[in-house]
Formats: sequence, C-alpha cells, structure tokens
Amino acid sequence: MRVLIAEDQLLLRDGLTRMLTANGFDVVAAVDEGPRLTETLVSLRPDIAVLDVRLPPTFTDEGLRAAIAARRQVPGLPVLILSQYVERLYARELLSDRAGAVGYLLKDRVGDVRQFIESIRQVATGGTVMDPEVVAQLLNHRDTLSTLTPRERDVLRLMAEGRSNAAIAANMIITEKSVSNHINTLFAKLGLPPAGGDHRRVLAVLTYLDR
Amino acid sequence: MRQRIVSGARELGQLLTGAAIGLPAPFLLALILVSVPATLAAGLGVLLFAVAIGLSRRLADLERRRAAEVLGRPVHSPYAPLPTGLPARVRTVIGDPATWRDLAWLLCQFVVGVISVTLALGLWLAAAQCLVAPLLWAFLPDPTSFDPMVLEITGRSGPLAWLLVPVGAGLVVLAYRLPRHLITGQARLASSLLGPTSAAELSTRVEQLTATRAAAVDASATELRRVERDLHDGAQVRLIAVTMNLGMAEDVIDADPAGAKALMAEAKASAGAALTELRDLVRGIHPPVLADRGLAGAVQALALDSSIPVELDLRLDRRLAAPVESAAYFAIAESLANAIRHSEAHRVQITIAGGGLTLQITVRDDGHGGADPSRGTGLRGIQRRLSAFDGTFRLTSPPGGPTVLNMELPCAS
Repeated sequence: MRVLIAEDQLLLRDGLTRMLTANGFDVVAAVDEGPRLTETLVSLRPDIAVLDVRLPPTFTDEGLRAAIAARRQVPGLPVLILSQYVERLYARELLSDRAGAVGYLLKDRVGDVRQFIESIRQVATGGTVMDPEVVAQLLNHRDTLSTLTPRERDVLRLMAEGRSNAAIAANMIITEKSVSNHINTLFAKLGLPPAGGDHRRVLAVLTYLDR
Repeated sequence: MRQRIVSGARELGQLLTGAAIGLPAPFLLALILVSVPATLAAGLGVLLFAVAIGLSRRLADLERRRAAEVLGRPVHSPYAPLPTGLPARVRTVIGDPATWRDLAWLLCQFVVGVISVTLALGLWLAAAQCLVAPLLWAFLPDPTSFDPMVLEITGRSGPLAWLLVPVGAGLVVLAYRLPRHLITGQARLASSLLGPTSAAELSTRVEQLTATRAAAVDASATELRRVERDLHDGAQVRLIAVTMNLGMAEDVIDADPAGAKALMAEAKASAGAALTELRDLVRGIHPPVLADRGLAGAVQALALDSSIPVELDLRLDRRLAAPVESAAYFAIAESLANAIRHSEAHRVQITIAGGGLTLQITVRDDGHGGADPSRGTGLRGIQRRLSAFDGTFRLTSPPGGPTVLNMELPCAS
C-alpha cells in the first residue's frame, strides 16, 4: 500500500516512516511543509495520506486545508489527519463531503501501534475513523441518547470511532451476532436508516451526533 | 413637513431651556460676592456660598447631560472629590478650578442663552411679519400707535410690502436652520468649560492606565504561576514516572519479560496522561483553533462544543491582532460558561461585529438573569481582560432575564 506522510517534526516523520515500513507499507513521499501538498497529493494519488494538521510555513491548519482541497479534485482520496488536539469543527469539515475514507486522530494514538495501523487500513479501504475524544465530545451533548442502554451506548461509541463489528465484539467481549443485534435496536431507537457498509454506518452515526 | 415643524419646535424649546439655565447666573454670582463679606461678619456666609455652589454645580450637571446628548459624546464632570468636614470641603471647592470654570460658564451661558433665544424668536417674528406684509398693508392703511415694524420700515408702500414676501421666505429658512447651530455652539461652550481640562483628562487617563496595567501584570503573573504549577504537578511528574518505568523494564526485560511488558504498558499510560494534560493546558493558554482560524473560527468551535444551542452572528472577515483575539475569545468563552453554569439558559446568541475600529461583541442568553458583576470572579475577570486593551463591558441582567453582555474592544490594526 502506497503511503504519503506530511509531518514537519523530524522525530515523528522518521518514526512514522519506520513504523509504516515495518508494517508493510510503501512510503512514497515524506513531506515536511504545506505549500504544494495539495498538488503532491493529487499527482501521487497515494492509497493513504497521513497528514499533520499543522505544517510550515504558517503552522495553522494547512494540512487539513490541503486534504480538503485534494479531496475536492480527487473525491474519496483517503486521508488520515493527525493532530496534537482535536476539534469538532475540523471533524465536521472533513466529513462534510460524505465520501468516506477519512480519519481524524490525536497524535497520541500512534502509541498503540496495532490499533493505529488498523485505523490506517480502514481509512485506506474507504472507512471512517474518528478519534475517541471527538466521539466523546459528540456523545456528551446528546440528550436523546438517554434512551439507550449502557451497552448500546458503548456499541455506538465504538462504531462512531470507526470500528468494525468484529472489532467491537472483541473490544466488548461479546459475539458479533449480539453486536449486530445491538446495532439494529439502537439504529431503530435513534431513527437512523439501516445502513450498509462500515463507513456509511459511521457517517450515519456521526451525522446524527453532529446535528 | 410635520417632522420639520416638530424638530424646529423642539430646537426652539432647547434654546429656551438653555436660556433658562443661564438665567440664575447674576443671582448666584451676587450670592457668592455677598458671601465673602458675610463670612467675615458672621458664619452665615459659608452657608450662602455652599448654596450658591451647590446650585451652580447642579445647573452645570444638567448642562453636561444636555451637551453630551447634542454632541454625542460624554462631558465628564471634573470636580475634585470632596473630603469630609465643612472647612475642608470649602477649601477644596475654592481650590478646585472646576468651581470657577463653572461660574465662568454660567456667566457666558446667561449672555449666550438670552441672545440665542432672542435671535431665534426674533427671526421667526420677522419672517412672519415679512410674509404677511401685503396683508398688513391692506388691512392697516392708517398709522396706529402699535404699528408692526414692517409697515414702518416700508413706509406703507405697496410694492415694497410685496418685495418683503421673498425676504420673509428667506428668513423662514434662516430661522429654521439657525437654532441647531446655536444649540451646538452652546454645547461646545459647555463642553469646553464644564468638561475636564486636557491636563485633567490626561491625568485621569494615566491613573486608569496604571490601574489596568497593574491588573494585567497581576493577571499574567497569576496565569504563569498556574501554568508552572500545572506543569510541575502534572506532565512533569508523569514523564518522571515514564522514565522510571522504562528504566525498570530495561533492568528486568531479560529475567522477566512479562513484568517488563507490564511496566512498559504502565509507562505508555503515563505518557498518554501527560499528553492529555499538556493538551488541556495549551487550550487554556491559547487554544490552537484560535491560532489556526482566528476569532470567528474559534467561536464557531466554542459554539459546537457548547452543551446548549448557540446562535452565531459573526460579522468579522479579518484576523485581528493576536492579543485582542485572545482577550475577546476568553471573554466570550467565560460569558458562555457563565450563561450555562449560572443562568439556566436554554439558548445563547453571540454576535461579533468587527467592521470598523472597534470590535463589538454581544452575548445574550434567555436565562433567569440577576447576574451581578460584584459577585463571582468570572465577570470581573472578563472586565480585567478587556480593560487591558481599553475595552469596555456593559452588563444588563434584570431578575427574570434576559442577560445581555455588551463588550467593546478597540481593534484598529
């Protein structure tokens, strides 16, 4: 799988390159600044781009802007945004094209290598992965969720983070069948249409939460 | 037309009030003059002096308000604060230049007020006479002892009387236009004699700056102290734990791989907690989204994270100076937090307009009101943040709500 990395801090850029190479990815470019990032993304068309939000020269949100601009030209170009902090505002902007294949994670998450690699693969295959902190922020503000049982809430949270049924089952130590049962009841309770693929399901949940 | 008549009449009324305010001048001056020998003769003079000064100050205050309304800017009263005890008070009043500037103004106002009213009313009278001159000429063919002036001037000549009609029309225009200039002139006179002298204004300004600077320095010292303590007790401690756990894991990794793994997991958890703490700390110092997107973006993010619906009306399409952005952001964040925490509001409206030289911010909630800036540190904190930038802050919060917070910050870049 061909990866593009945009990260200005040498330590992290090298670390990411090493980690991804060790896990069988082919790092085609490791960029350290914002200008022309959009161009590079569009011309290289990596299978997945891992971008830092904040890049030189302005150190604001050029990584995010480049990702959104590139996805406007190449709809559904898989991007995973890494950041020192997460903002719902940015999550919303990333999700707004509804094309899927987006991820938004705290940099802290690279500590959990296996989970991080799994997230990258999921985004590369068109999935949607949101940082648990974003999901927690979203869940905090929904009164309507009070109709859900604690188990259903857990399922909803894991689903919004982009986990597959199998991953949710493993995390909660229940069978996949009961996961899908929980999902069916909670979708009915929230009035969400029964959704097909993983990322469409995540999008439905996120859209619901972000209303 | 109707509107013009009303505004013309109102202006005449204002001139009459102005004249009335000036009228007591000779009386008051006489009173003060009399009070000097009276004091020498008996103690009674002090009382006369106090009455005269009290009256003149009251008239001056009235005129300050009138002038402020006309000029559209406040005319501050410049009096030195009064000490307790009659003799000290009298000394202060006599030594206060504002006392004598008041009296000078009163004398000027007496003259100017009377002249203005005479002029304004006289012009209308003259205009009226000129306009009806032909009628007067037709109805009063013979001289009487109460002859209108126009007839005497024209010598009862028909053609001349007709000629006066256009003159009358011109006089109407003049009589309509003149009063507002007279009013403005009087207001300027009042503002120059009744307002603080520029030296006094400067010294007030210096006092104000000294106070706000001290508050700002205080606030930033407290803030630094908090950051230092948070780092010391938080992230630093956790990183020490990380180093310790990793060191122990290094020691035992060959003998006890499982134990080493547990230690490393612990180290990872500590590092994660340190990161979370650092992130929260950074958010409190300068939220990253504010640096990225400026005030408008940061307020949008704030609204998204709020637990109650926030309506935004953002009319700000440029970046402001970083310190101003930060002050405005924290003031808004604090106001929003107050609305949620204390007023049981269901809905908050935030308006930001920054087109001109000032940034105007309004935070309005539909809660139960009754907010009091003298209680609680939140509102005072907002005030302190804004005052460091010469910003102002106005709170209206009647019991039962709504609470409206108006903030203004100069933002010329």
